[in-house]
Amino acid sequence: MSLFEVIRFALRGLSANKLRSALTMLGILIGVAAVILLVAVGNGSAKAISDRIEALGTNTITVMSTGRGGSSSTSLTKEMADALVDPELAPAVKSVSPVVSASSATMTYEGSDHSVSSFVGTTPAWFAASSTPVGTGSAFTEDDVDQGRRVVVIGQTVAEELFPGIDPIDKQVTVGGALFTIVGVLQEKSSTGQQDSNDTAVAPLTAVQQVLTGYGALSSIIVEAADPDDVDAAQDQVATILDQKLAVADSSSSTPYRIQNASSLLETQTETADTFTTLLGAVAAISLLVGGIGITNIMLVTVTERTREIGIRKALGAPRRVILTQFLIEASLLSVMGGALGVAAALIGSQFEIVGVKPVIVPSSIGYAVGVSIAIGLFFGGLPAARAARLRPIDALRYE
Amino acid sequence: MSRPVLEVRDLKKIYGTGEATVHALRGVSLTVQRGDYAAIMGSSGSGKSTLMNILGALDIPSSGTYHLDGVDVSRLSDAQLALARNRLIGFIFQSFNLIPRTSAVANVELPLAYAGVKPKERRRRAMAALDVVGLADRAGHEPNQLSGGQQQRVAVARALVTEPALLLADEPTGNLDSKSTDDVLQVFDDLSTAGRTIVIITHEDEVGARAKRLIRLVDGSIVSDVRQSPLDRPPVGAAAAAAAMARNHGRAAVYSGGRHSQ
Ligand SMILES: Nc1ncnc2c1ncn2[C@@H]1O[C@H](COP(=O)(O)OP(=O)(O)OP(=O)(O)O)[C@@H](O)[C@H]1O
Ligand SMILES: [Mg+2]
Repeated sequence: MSLFEVIRFALRGLSANKLRSALTMLGILIGVAAVILLVAVGNGSAKAISDRIEALGTNTITVMSTGRGGSSSTSLTKEMADALVDPELAPAVKSVSPVVSASSATMTYEGSDHSVSSFVGTTPAWFAASSTPVGTGSAFTEDDVDQGRRVVVIGQTVAEELFPGIDPIDKQVTVGGALFTIVGVLQEKSSTGQQDSNDTAVAPLTAVQQVLTGYGALSSIIVEAADPDDVDAAQDQVATILDQKLAVADSSSSTPYRIQNASSLLETQTETADTFTTLLGAVAAISLLVGGIGITNIMLVTVTERTREIGIRKALGAPRRVILTQFLIEASLLSVMGGALGVAAALIGSQFEIVGVKPVIVPSSIGYAVGVSIAIGLFFGGLPAARAARLRPIDALRYE
Repeated sequence: MSRPVLEVRDLKKIYGTGEATVHALRGVSLTVQRGDYAAIMGSSGSGKSTLMNILGALDIPSSGTYHLDGVDVSRLSDAQLALARNRLIGFIFQSFNLIPRTSAVANVELPLAYAGVKPKERRRRAMAALDVVGLADRAGHEPNQLSGGQQQRVAVARALVTEPALLLADEPTGNLDSKSTDDVLQVFDDLSTAGRTIVIITHEDEVGARAKRLIRLVDGSIVSDVRQSPLDRPPVGAAAAAAAMARNHGRAAVYSGGRHSQ
């Protein structure tokens, strides 16, 4: 008897018991879909977190002052920033951007005004270091900074608020009583939190100091490492130089500044997210197991019900191998079809946001879930079938 | 003389243990030669089906030996048993044992499928077998859509379809009217004429009379074994059997009396 024939027998067996077959497949479907989707949700949230952090720039470090403003001995200065550009002492540093920022500066254009939530004064290197490329127009230049020219690059939100339907380039706006010329508009940036990161304006450091913040301390210094792998080295070098400049004693455990490293932030966040994913995966694995027990149960019932039939088949001369194969194929068809439907359901489900997270399918979870469901189907489908096929025909026929 | 198709020696079958022990067979010895047509009669519970199941290699005896075509059945592997059941034996169950939710023709095809016959050929032969029992027009019906007698005839067709050398029939006419009984028995006569070996269990004297040999079973033992017509001739057929039955009526009464004295 050919395998093809046995498969036909199995199909006939499945279609003769449609409801039971459907229920079995449903069990597997739910198990498989749950595993894939839950893992995808975990993965999706991890991805969202790392995307946000990557948007900050993975090869940059941010130096911030911990001192409470005013006190000149602990504040970051332009000189310190300049000192960090040192090929000898800090070879891992690619660029340094001193940053002053004024919160909520009001920008006015032809009578309409808009309060820019973050008005940044910096140097041209900042655009690359902070992963904030200019969309239209251009960034300001080193020369603009040296000359303290009042030019500004605005964010998307500002452009939309002040210049609806108008090209803002070369328009003049008033900020803090001074006229600034718009030279560029930043590319749209995904927001990292509640704050709208497109509600921003960037101008030369000198101009902002002159007009808005005064020549006091810097808000922060953004240091770009030459390479993502050099971030740690750059951080050490920056710390060494700053310690010298700020005369921090070697023994001192606290420094007047704080260095934030996006990649280390990323690492801890990813770890947390991985734990989350593992946890979700475990929950999903349990649901797959429960689905598997359901299959087992139905397979056992099936065989109990069909032991008489197995008796008849044996009496008509069916070899044990053929009966076993038929039941194994029935079981694996159920689990393969259930698994495939589960994958389909998961793929469809992953198109939607789940609890605010866009699921990202992990391909290996598909293989894992389908593999396990098939293994469960084969094992628990095969076991009772083997038991029934071993019976003497007359015992099988008398089975109740 | 060629070796017998069936040969059982001192066959015993005991069901259950302790208080509930039932001696279904108490040492049955029987030899059936090739081409013989034996009918087994006996009252309900006398062990006929038990004997038949053992002869069909569906059950094993508690003790005693069984040689099928000269081979000791107890030594056969599962695969060899399957082969014997499929190729050598056609078995008709007292309770039909059709596979539920499966059409009549698919039921009849089943032994051919296990024999490896191609689907087309299988369908043709199954339809022919159903035609023989007069059910060609019910081929697509499932067992629960058939009457008891129709189910029984499907079971007969299923046993005949492989053209087995040995046909074992456990009351194949128990649910049939006289017309259908006649049709089925005619098929048996033809098979016997063609040299096949038949063992049939029956309650009906008319059926028993058409066999070449009549075996009576009482309480698990053979009490009589009478040759009614020669082994190497075709069976006597319906008319001659009826005549012989009328003649032997007295003797049959003696047997029914003997059963109670056991
Ligand atoms: N599986 C079993 N377990 C216990 N006792 C059984 C079993 N099968 C049959 N018996 C007993 O064995 C005896 C013989 O049964 P068997 O089925 O062979 O009778 P039978 O001659 O075929 O009867 P009938 O004409 O009613 O079919 C009966 O007493 C029955 O109760
Ligand atoms: Mg019986």
